[in-house]
Amino acid sequence: MITALLIGLPLIAALLLLFSSGEGAKKIALVAAIAELGLALFAFWFMRTAPRDEVYVHRMVMDVPWIQSIGVHFNVALDGISMVLVLLTSFLVPVIILSGFEKKYDNPSLFYTLVLFMQMALVGVFVARDGFLFYVFWELALIPIYFICLLWGGENRGKITFKFFVYTLAGSLFMLAALILVYINTPVTLSGTHSFEINALYDAGQHALTANEQTFVFFSFFLAFAIKMPVFPFHTWQPDTYVTAPTQGTMLLSGIMLKMGTYGLIRWMLPMTPDAFAVWGPCLVVLSVISVVYASGMAIVQKDFKRLIAYSSIAHVGLISAGILSFDVKTGTTEGLNGAIIQMFAHGVNVVGLFFIADIILKNAGTREMSKLGGIRNVSPQFAALFLIVLLGSVALPLTNGFVGEFLLLNGISQYSLWASAIAGTTVILGAVYMLRSYQVVMLGETNSTTSGFAALTGNEKAVLFIVCAAVLAFGVYPKPLLDIMQNDVNDLAKLITSNLTTH
Amino acid sequence: MKAILLLSGLGVLALFAELFKFRKALFALVVLGLLGTIATAISYWWYDDGDFARYFGGMVRFEGSSVVYSVIMLATTLLWFVMSSDYLKRETSETDHTALILFALVGGLILTCYTNLVMLFLGIEILSIPLYVLAGSRKNELNSNEAAFKYFLLGAFASAFLLFGIALLFGATGTFDMGVMTDYIRENHEHLPAFFYGGIIMLLVGLLFKISAAPFHFWAPDVYQGSPTVFTAFMSTVVKTAAIVAILRLFHMKGPFIATEVSDYWIPILGVCVGLTFIIGNFSAAIQTSVKRMFAFSSISHAGFLLLAIVAASAFTPKAIIYYTIAYSVASIVAFTVLINIIKACGSDNIENFNGLGKKSPLLAVVMSIALLSLAGIPPTAGFFAKYYVLTAAIGSGHMWLAVIGILTSLVGVYYYFRIIIAMYFKEPKEGIVFTVSAQHQALLFVTAVATIVLGLLPDLILNIGVRQEIVDALPH
Repeated sequence: MITALLIGLPLIAALLLLFSSGEGAKKIALVAAIAELGLALFAFWFMRTAPRDEVYVHRMVMDVPWIQSIGVHFNVALDGISMVLVLLTSFLVPVIILSGFEKKYDNPSLFYTLVLFMQMALVGVFVARDGFLFYVFWELALIPIYFICLLWGGENRGKITFKFFVYTLAGSLFMLAALILVYINTPVTLSGTHSFEINALYDAGQHALTANEQTFVFFSFFLAFAIKMPVFPFHTWQPDTYVTAPTQGTMLLSGIMLKMGTYGLIRWMLPMTPDAFAVWGPCLVVLSVISVVYASGMAIVQKDFKRLIAYSSIAHVGLISAGILSFDVKTGTTEGLNGAIIQMFAHGVNVVGLFFIADIILKNAGTREMSKLGGIRNVSPQFAALFLIVLLGSVALPLTNGFVGEFLLLNGISQYSLWASAIAGTTVILGAVYMLRSYQVVMLGETNSTTSGFAALTGNEKAVLFIVCAAVLAFGVYPKPLLDIMQNDVNDLAKLITSNLTTH
Repeated sequence: MKAILLLSGLGVLALFAELFKFRKALFALVVLGLLGTIATAISYWWYDDGDFARYFGGMVRFEGSSVVYSVIMLATTLLWFVMSSDYLKRETSETDHTALILFALVGGLILTCYTNLVMLFLGIEILSIPLYVLAGSRKNELNSNEAAFKYFLLGAFASAFLLFGIALLFGATGTFDMGVMTDYIRENHEHLPAFFYGGIIMLLVGLLFKISAAPFHFWAPDVYQGSPTVFTAFMSTVVKTAAIVAILRLFHMKGPFIATEVSDYWIPILGVCVGLTFIIGNFSAAIQTSVKRMFAFSSISHAGFLLLAIVAASAFTPKAIIYYTIAYSVASIVAFTVLINIIKACGSDNIENFNGLGKKSPLLAVVMSIALLSLAGIPPTAGFFAKYYVLTAAIGSGHMWLAVIGILTSLVGVYYYFRIIIAMYFKEPKEGIVFTVSAQHQALLFVTAVATIVLGLLPDLILNIGVRQEIVDALPH
């Protein structure tokens, strides 16, 4: 019930917004987003405290036949892993809407409709337990963001968003082919069709596929997720798209949408193809580590602040991906997975904060070129302080949320291979390089003509930044609630993978 | 049968409208007539005569699947009439053209229920000849004349192949009747003469021409582009449906060519044609600037998907084809209606005329986007499920490679469909162009766009139709 409501609430709000108009749109959207956050928090509290009985199952799981002729069910369930990501989504969307409050959009009702529609699709991806439903939500998330970027984006948005769309779609179609292949190998159910239910798919993937088929499924899934995250060398769509999208669009993309890829790795790819993973996992870890180092290096030489953050996002996600892929199928240690999920949350919060900061800089100074800026601290010390907190979260200083995730991730990777973790660990150093250097260039030093007109932070901007900084510090100091809620389910998933490995 | 009679009568009535001066009432009459024909067709669903409804000495058998496909074609034509009534009124020969369309539709209905190869030929000819005339109906335009001439010459040539193929099959099996032929093949499949297979190939050539599959597609772009847009719309929806039903009845279900040796022969050949169709259709569409020509090539690639379902030869094929034809026809009607309005306002079908449509006419832009998303195969539209079912059938039968080619060329499809969406929302509109959409078109667009999304959310509405009757044959896997 609750799960279905979590999907349904943004959808209904989106449809309502479609028929409203003008200025009220953003307020309605904010109220709907906060209501969704309340619902998510309630679900979180319920998950923590309620005994695992029938009432619990009835509230958290929903399984209704949708397209019986092909065995597709509307099957959604909340478990610990999904809860963290649903919390991330429902926390970030009100922040994103709030951050856009002072902007004047053409056709704001359509804009917020698309944002809420996207929220619905994102929550749907994170809670779907039916392969087909997962695919439908995955594609559904793409349409609103495409239109957001196309209608409100920056220069050259036609070509850039189109590249983004086709690139992502290509990966998704391969994932669909893989899903169909596994689906065909599930046993025929009582209703006369194969099944898309996740456990049936797991089973078929683990036991009913030949080695070649499993490899195909493995790589198709990885392609789809690698394009979404993105991982080198499938990242070329990302910097342009992030720069040309409107800030709220970039926040949605980097804060939540890319987590679809990493979530997919954990929930869909690893358990379905453990044998192929045991064979090919190592080379994909190498790919992720290359991605980390490459993106960090690229970030260092960027001149545009927003583009720098985009590359830093690739680096962070590369680390998450390496952590997930370094899962040891034989022993099943879960640090990497735990770290990945925590880091997904932390990275979402941090990157949204960073993009908002880039937006504030653009609004006040008229440019994001770092060489032209400088000395903003002198004119806006509050902004400088808040910027520094978010930056330190991104650099993974202890006591910030970034640290918890990175520590667990590097721990997990080091158990897999010390060399890999050493190279991946350079992301910490390189991250410090480009972030601190950008801070120094932009905020410290002499105030020049571009930056002297920097206005004080408005109430709205202060509110958003305070919320983000509070999240950075709170989850850095006390990540326990998040870690606790996902612990059991991560352990279960790990056991599922290791116990179904057929080759030893 | 009653449906065919009723429809023919309607066509003749339309001819009389000119003579007896009730042209003004023609549109209402046609709509009523089509609705009556749909009702008549549906009444056959419950026909209890154990042997189904056989006519003409068993040459025509109106069974469950015939009902479904007839209703699809009739409903599409109904929508088509709503779309084209403006155009037909402005032309002087409204009555003639209406009659010709109805006669073509009769041919289509025959193709849903034939059980004798002679009826197949008759159905194809009755379908095609009015369309040869209609393609050239703009007498003063060179393009239209060229289209008619090409269509007629190449179509006659293809019909000749079809006839010769039928003759060879008769020579090999001794019968025109498909039921007797099936039995004969089952008994004698070891020693069928070589010209039997030649007959199948020639039959395929004729039918592939009709559905504009590669390598027999060369007529389609010029004919689609040269014909008046309303008739292009008819060609690209109803004619495709009729052609695929014709192929389905022969190469699937209880058809004669489904015995293993025979199917081993034509499946690889058809598979190659499907692959070619995907590649040629999609890549050629990507470079067009004329939207009508682009739709011609895109309809070629959609024919590829329909044929992929036939190549898959699985129990799921009939359902997949029903769903695909519905999804494709509905989306095409929307797209062509918008195109007609654009041509009316701007004079040509160049893609630049779509610039800025998002601002100038949001209704046209939104429904066009929905239609294009459906044609491209993006959820949650009907087109997505259509492609999904066909791909599932193909992968399930082991045609992984063809499925992959289909997927990759669909991506190319996304490119040219999205080019229009980008033009509508991103580019600046030309000055001084006003779009007035008639109330009739607005209602049509709204209904069909909503239908596209509803079918995309609840595909079972259509898929469960086939449960009742004998369409789902369990074929040996």
